[in-house]
Amino acid sequence: MSVNEQFQPTIVAFCCNWCSYAGADLSGTNRLQYPANVKIIRIPCSCRLNPMFILRAFQRGADGVILCGCHPGDCHYTTGNYYARRRMTLLFSMLDFMGIERGRTRVEWVSAAEGAKFAATMNEFVETITKLGPNRRLEDLRCSKE
Amino acid sequence: MQQRVKEKALELLRNGTVDRVIGWKTGEFFYDLTPAVFETAEEIEKDFVFSGFSGANLSKYAIAQSRAAGKTAIFLKPCDSYSFQQLLKEHRILRENIYIVGIACEGMLDMEKIRAAGCEGVVSVKENGEELIVETLYGDRTLSRKDCLLERCAVCKSKKVVIFDEMLGEQGDEQETARFDRVAELEAMTPEERFAFWRGELSRCIRCNACRNVCPACSCEKCVFDNDKSGVRNKAAADPFEENLFHIIRAFHVAGRCTDCGECSRVCPQNIPLHLLNRKFIKDINELYGTYQAGADMETKSPLTDFTTDDCEPSIVHERGGVK
Repeated sequence: MSVNEQFQPTIVAFCCNWCSYAGADLSGTNRLQYPANVKIIRIPCSCRLNPMFILRAFQRGADGVILCGCHPGDCHYTTGNYYARRRMTLLFSMLDFMGIERGRTRVEWVSAAEGAKFAATMNEFVETITKLGPNRRLEDLRCSKE
Repeated sequence: MQQRVKEKALELLRNGTVDRVIGWKTGEFFYDLTPAVFETAEEIEKDFVFSGFSGANLSKYAIAQSRAAGKTAIFLKPCDSYSFQQLLKEHRILRENIYIVGIACEGMLDMEKIRAAGCEGVVSVKENGEELIVETLYGDRTLSRKDCLLERCAVCKSKKVVIFDEMLGEQGDEQETARFDRVAELEAMTPEERFAFWRGELSRCIRCNACRNVCPACSCEKCVFDNDKSGVRNKAAADPFEENLFHIIRAFHVAGRCTDCGECSRVCPQNIPLHLLNRKFIKDINELYGTYQAGADMETKSPLTDFTTDDCEPSIVHERGGVK
């Protein structure tokens, strides 16, 4: 997975259908660039994100996982992202407790109007993960790419 | 107390209050007590045992037994009563079919610690107040009870039986404990040290699923790990990822419902300190969303099925311990 000797991370972005996925769309229509390392997976609501999805993403070779959802208070289903916020806080804290590098996981609230924020967030996140290097602590050797 | 519990079981069955009793019986060894359901007085006379080794939490067995015909008596130590009330709150137990006898608890014993104190060939352990008289093949030894307690009893959070129909012995109180000290110690390490620590512990996991099966909070009819398509192999030490995944998810699924009864660590054949994972969640919940004890009452909402509009953002995790 190295192009010109430079490490290219794989990033999985879970985007809620109503805000962040539309936000990603908007950044596209506005021709704002963000790295191709980001693979977007659309979910109905940020609250749909089962903690197992994040771990599975790491298992299958992701180096970073980011969850994007509607801003708290703006959830299409009224309260979904509030629950997601508590769950992700606890999960990230547990990953940190197990010694997984901080910064490999992130939550960002991106509305449908924030195409620029989406692109900026992804640029920044890819940069962070590139610095952190490949995910070694939560990888499944059987799914290894090399 | 040991006799009183057995007599109570006999009395309840004989006078027709209940049709069966959930209690403990001797397993292969005297220290190896296993939960059992007794239906006749003869069975109780023969097999029923309550002793310092009755560590097993019986509350989970009430799920199935409360659905059997007639009434069932169950013995609950203080920490078991929290688990019971939590299950009741989740509508898993039919309360009207259960008769609860609360037992005052002096802390349960850990055979490993008795052995670690240098007792080999142990034949029996007599409890005499604060003292234990350990009879071995090589003569008797006297140990202090408080040195031989199970980990969860050494840092006991409460001596209060939160739900009962009848109480044997004195009702106790919640108490201050040092149960989060080890978690705090780990939090103070660097991520590299923590990773190495958990690799050392979790790589011993043989995926026997004892921690899952014994956990009173883990009572789904069908478990995610039993799904063939889950991508988890359900076998021993496939690789580090799976051990991490299993234990993170196991602890996460009971977060906010775990009463910290410590059964997971007690039954682990590999002595992995699994309670630390559960306690980490409890500690986080207490710090971030206000103190919460699962099973302490029937009304309070579990922190993970509740929210406030000004909850902290997940990035707090990265900020809390400084940038690393």
